[in-house]
Amino acid sequence: MPTVTITVNGKPETREVENRTLLVQFLRESIGLTGTHVGCDTSQCGACVVHIDGYSAKSCTMLATQVNGSNVKTIEGLADGDKLHPMQEAFRENHGLQCGFCTPGMVMSAVYLLEVNKKPNEQEIRSWLEGNICRCTGYHNIVKAIAACADAMAKA
Amino acid sequence: MYNFEYHQAKSVAEASELSLKTEEGKLMAGGMTLIPTLKQRLAKPSDIIDLGKIAELKGIKKEGNTIVIGAMTRHFDVAYSDIVKSAIPALAHLAGHIGDPHVRNRGTMGGSIANSDPAADYPAGVVALNATLTTNKRTIKADDFFKGLFETALEPGEILTQVAFNIPDKAWYMKFPNPASRYAVVGAFVAKFGSEVRVAITGAGSYVFRQKAFEAALTKSFTPEAIKDIVQPQDALNSDIHASAEYRAHLVNVMARRAVAHANTL
Ligand SMILES: Cc1cc2nc3c(=O)[nH]c(=O)nc-3n(C[C@H](O)[C@H](O)[C@H](O)COP(=O)(O)OP(=O)(O)OC[C@H]3O[C@@H](n4cnc5c(N)ncnc54)[C@H](O)[C@@H]3O)c2cc1C
Ligand code: FES
Ligand code: FES
Repeated sequence: MPTVTITVNGKPETREVENRTLLVQFLRESIGLTGTHVGCDTSQCGACVVHIDGYSAKSCTMLATQVNGSNVKTIEGLADGDKLHPMQEAFRENHGLQCGFCTPGMVMSAVYLLEVNKKPNEQEIRSWLEGNICRCTGYHNIVKAIAACADAMAKA
Repeated sequence: MYNFEYHQAKSVAEASELSLKTEEGKLMAGGMTLIPTLKQRLAKPSDIIDLGKIAELKGIKKEGNTIVIGAMTRHFDVAYSDIVKSAIPALAHLAGHIGDPHVRNRGTMGGSIANSDPAADYPAGVVALNATLTTNKRTIKADDFFKGLFETALEPGEILTQVAFNIPDKAWYMKFPNPASRYAVVGAFVAKFGSEVRVAITGAGSYVFRQKAFEAALTKSFTPEAIKDIVQPQDALNSDIHASAEYRAHLVNVMARRAVAHANTL
């Protein structure tokens, strides 16, 4: 079996995998980081979004071997100790989640949006979320949370 | 997913050789189509040959009257490229509306073109902009490249390396997206080069096609009114749970008119 080394949230993790092991399986089953969720397994819902070398991607649609040597950031890598990332804080403040299943992917997607576009308008936020499906909130408070985070980060 | 052997190719030559010498080798670009297919066990390749680390396949440059894009260039890079945005804004718009941001961060131009999915966006840009496709063996004109449903002129071991898109005077792409996947239910790419007009339709048929009646009318007058009464025949169009052939035929005309109207504002 091949061995891969993937740096997850700053820590190099070396494991044996099968060639067909998905990145999300590597994260959840090999490393035990279960914050990254599998909602659909058909590349549509975005619950599995993580960052690969800085950009967002669906970890259910990538092989662990494809990212051998890369840096991966998951929802667990966002907070600084007990201090939530401003996006996590904004989701909490604005009630941007209900059951929380979509939330890890939503937050990772939103963090990357603000890297590409520091001050997105409502339309830009909504179209960005086309790859992240939420069955609870109706999106309204998620959009509010992302806008609030953009404001907060602009002031910081 | 069935298991397979995995190879990270270092060059186009190595990838081509591996795909020929393995029993049922399959090239992988971004994997945004291939991995979902494998997960559904719709394919059982013996070997996966990953093109992801071949640097020579990535990049965007302006060469004479064309924009040349490497096969492994991601949709994200095309959408945000200043070169593409200023020379062919319609192409940046097309790439920026494929799927969602995470799909665009992995999916590549080459993978989209080589797959000839009936609902893919890129084939419309390739045909309307009369692009020249380069492989490790030869160059192929856009009109000779797409052969059918998931079928292209590519032969075993042949790898698409880059595509040169002609810079038009005016162009736009308009699609009616499937609300869940964003794939094109119907997409129309309209491009004007001097007195020549090319119109490519995706999503509607089994693969991309030119709408020559629209082209003739738009050559005389590049306005939405010029094609308003030209009826798209329904016989060869797709009919499925997303849209009937009748509805798609209607959309072909509407999307083409909207593309012309927008191209005229640029
Ligand atoms: C949720 C979702 C939504 C999507 N929405 C859209 C959409 O709205 N519009 C749209 O057009 N597409 C859409 N796609 C598809 C997306 O654009 C894919 O990225 C694209 O179709 C395939 O590109 P890839 O790089 O992922 O190729 P892969 O999946 O890696 O490969 C696809 C096929 O092409 C072959 N191939 C790849 N590269 C080459 C090459 N250089 N030479 C020869 N053969 C090659 C492979 O062997 C394989 O058979 C969507 C995908 C997903 C998952
Ligand atoms: S689990 Fe990856 S997109 Fe739904
Ligand atoms: S909060 Fe329940 S799916 Fe989004």
